[in-house]
Amino acid sequence: MKKLLFVLASCLTFSSIYAGGYRVSIQGQRALAMGHTGVAVVNSAELAFFNPAGLVFLENKLNVSAGVTGIITNTKYQNLDTRQAFETDSPVGTPINLYATYKISDKFSAGIAVYTPYGSRVDWPSDWAGGFLVNSIELSAVFINPVVSFKVNDALSIGGGPIYAIGGVNFNRSIEAVPGSESLSGPSTIELDAEGVTAWGWKASVLFRPTDKLNIGASYQSQIDINAENGDVSFQNFPGEAPQTGFNATLPLPSELTLGLSYQVNDKLLLAFDFNRAYWGAYESLDITFTDGETPDSINPRNYEDASTYRFGAQYDYNSKFTFRAGYYFDETPVASGFFSPETPRNDSHAFTGGLSFNINNNLAIDASFLYIYFAEVDESFDSPNDSAPAFGGTYKSNVFAPGLGITYKL
Amino acid sequence: MKNNKYIYIALCSLGFIACEPEFDQPLEDTPIAAQTSGEANFSKYISLGNSLTAGFADGSLYRSGQESSFANILATQMQTAGGGEFLTPFMNDDIGGFVENPTAFPPRRVFDAGNRAPVFIDAAPTTSFSNILTGPFNNMGVPGAKSFHLAAPGYGSAANLALGLANPYFVRFASSPNTSVIADALAQQPTFFTLWIGNNDVLSYATAGGIGVLQPTPTTNDLTMIPPPGGDDISDPTYFAGIYTGLTNALASTNAKGVLINVPNVSTIPFFTTVPFNAIPLDQATADAANTGFANYNGGLQLAVQAGVLTPTEATRRTINFTAGQNAVVIIDENLTDLTAINAGLINIRQATPNDLLLLTVSGLLGTPNSDNGTLINGISAPLGDQWILTPEEQLLITNATNAYNQTIQSTVSANPNLALLDANTLVSQLASGGISSENGTVVTSDFATGGAFSLDGIHLTPRGNAFIANELIEVINSNFGSTLQKVDPNEFKTITLQ
Repeated sequence: MKKLLFVLASCLTFSSIYAGGYRVSIQGQRALAMGHTGVAVVNSAELAFFNPAGLVFLENKLNVSAGVTGIITNTKYQNLDTRQAFETDSPVGTPINLYATYKISDKFSAGIAVYTPYGSRVDWPSDWAGGFLVNSIELSAVFINPVVSFKVNDALSIGGGPIYAIGGVNFNRSIEAVPGSESLSGPSTIELDAEGVTAWGWKASVLFRPTDKLNIGASYQSQIDINAENGDVSFQNFPGEAPQTGFNATLPLPSELTLGLSYQVNDKLLLAFDFNRAYWGAYESLDITFTDGETPDSINPRNYEDASTYRFGAQYDYNSKFTFRAGYYFDETPVASGFFSPETPRNDSHAFTGGLSFNINNNLAIDASFLYIYFAEVDESFDSPNDSAPAFGGTYKSNVFAPGLGITYKL
Repeated sequence: MKNNKYIYIALCSLGFIACEPEFDQPLEDTPIAAQTSGEANFSKYISLGNSLTAGFADGSLYRSGQESSFANILATQMQTAGGGEFLTPFMNDDIGGFVENPTAFPPRRVFDAGNRAPVFIDAAPTTSFSNILTGPFNNMGVPGAKSFHLAAPGYGSAANLALGLANPYFVRFASSPNTSVIADALAQQPTFFTLWIGNNDVLSYATAGGIGVLQPTPTTNDLTMIPPPGGDDISDPTYFAGIYTGLTNALASTNAKGVLINVPNVSTIPFFTTVPFNAIPLDQATADAANTGFANYNGGLQLAVQAGVLTPTEATRRTINFTAGQNAVVIIDENLTDLTAINAGLINIRQATPNDLLLLTVSGLLGTPNSDNGTLINGISAPLGDQWILTPEEQLLITNATNAYNQTIQSTVSANPNLALLDANTLVSQLASGGISSENGTVVTSDFATGGAFSLDGIHLTPRGNAFIANELIEVINSNFGSTLQKVDPNEFKTITLQ
């Protein structure tokens, strides 16, 4: 039994769902339409996420922005050598965002930001060739982030606040109690499940307005370590007696720094640029321990690399009713070559965005956005997932479509 | 086209049509790359041999095992290089075994991972001896066949079954009752063949624990004159050479090219290497009690030494002694000096040493009460019979015969440029000493159940083990005949089946 468990555990790979590719940035309908720029765009309550320092510069006393997006992710895998082809059948993800800010005084504003930065899910077919790496993975995370903004002078403000993160993960993969074996009772799988895991982090930002046309912003979010303690471990079709155990694991959500600027070219046109750096290097390895004291630990190297995103956006006020937006960003993957896993089938990507706002009246606007992410076809592999799982590689191609709808309210 | 793409994306954006990523070169539009056959012609490949060629595994012949025999894997790879259809005389089901005699022809085994032991699959055979198929067939592997069986007329005759002169597997696909395997092969005019025969000429002796003998050299090579060697005997190497030369000459006369596969030394396969010689754990009290039981025997040995009928060395070798911990099993060894004339209690027993090979099938017997006398424990107070062990003397007979067969196979290849050799003997010994690694890093070893190469009978290969053999064959074929057959990925082939 010991040996069996060893094989089992050393096969065990956990999710790297916190990969850059899954950090599909959709934290505001207006910002998203502009390539998800926003650290220097003083426009709506979306600033509560992008740069809380800027809240104090919003014109209205009360600002509310809310939105929901449907993310349709498609990934195809094929291997011309093994002549196998599979594609994901993932349900539509629905990240939400809800921001509200209130100007307490000329110098102080406060706000709250609630958003779901990780809401993706990948479902591969149940009998697919990479099942020993992942069958399905689902992550839900809600960040609740109260913020304050303080105006130092007319050209400078600072802001920030604590982040309370509530996360959950469900991960399912196939196991082989004996290498290469098949089971008459169907595929043997292990499922790890942890819900309601909480953690704290913080955000701090600064906004500098050297002229009334130019805004320069910077925002920093701390690393947040999600510690799953005694999560549920369940087995399906386990050959023999399944271990009774929970699991512990720590998943780092890396710190992020965003620098950006916006420039009001004329009355109608605003241009924005953001540079975003995510410190994924913190994610070296995912170490899972099992609470039964018998199942050996599972050490899964990840070797992620820090990654940058370059964002460009434009906004055009067509008339008092319509505002149009467009943008583009280039997103570097944190996944190193040779560590490419079907649980995060993400290489460098190009994203194209667009959207509009329709002002119903002076207080209320409807915001629509659309995101299309293009991933080039990539030949990649996971060379040594762990000691016992064999290398797995092939050609991957993905895309993402994400239409979104929101409202903006000002008073 | 470019514009269409943007229109497509635009329509996708609006959610009007499903928008999936498309590969530049989708698999479904990519034919398997054609390969060349070089000097070989794969249009009619015939595989000749025994259970290993048939795809026998887990103690049985069943459909999915047949589909993943090395011959079937190889034939599939040949299809990109002019290979024709490869027909297999499939069993009726994926269970294996024969309805008429499920004891001698049981269903396949699967692995009970909880108890870490093979068990029979929970299903009954549905294939009947009388389930005759219409051939001809390309995979002519006949489980159980020894070298001379391939040349024996009537080996596929249903009437001969009761006489023990026919093989039910061949009865199912023989073209007529009086034909032979080789005759049916030649009638198909093969353009390419593999021949892997000779294993059973020594294996059936080995799996019977060496209770048989080495057959004497016959005085004639006329097949019809020579009674086949007994089921559990070793075929005489000279007899084997005559048969083998006859088979290969007949095949060579067709100008077909082919690969001859030699005979692995069976003593390295898991059937003989899994159960350790010291398989019995004892505590001090039990060891003491067991020693008391053998005190008379040990004392009698010393008396025999004093009487000058036993050497002190042999007396030491035969002295039974148990201690706390793992203990060597007690075995009957026919090669010991017979002392029963002096004292009927001084039977030919000793404790096993690392040089003795215990059969896989003894694992269920060790430590259980003896069926004749329930107070005796098998392997301790009840010595294991000769049929459960290969002693060094028996192993030597096996090794010598194997080497002699392989010498014949080697000279046959050397004498004919149309033939190439696959050295399966070396491959199997590599499985036992560290394993064999595929190009993408998959390793198989001869460890029982977990090693990946051998199926649950400890003798025959798994689909993955067969994939390795097919790849080795491909290497031999390509380098000898200038073809470009592509290897398979062993990872795509399973090892054992769990319950």
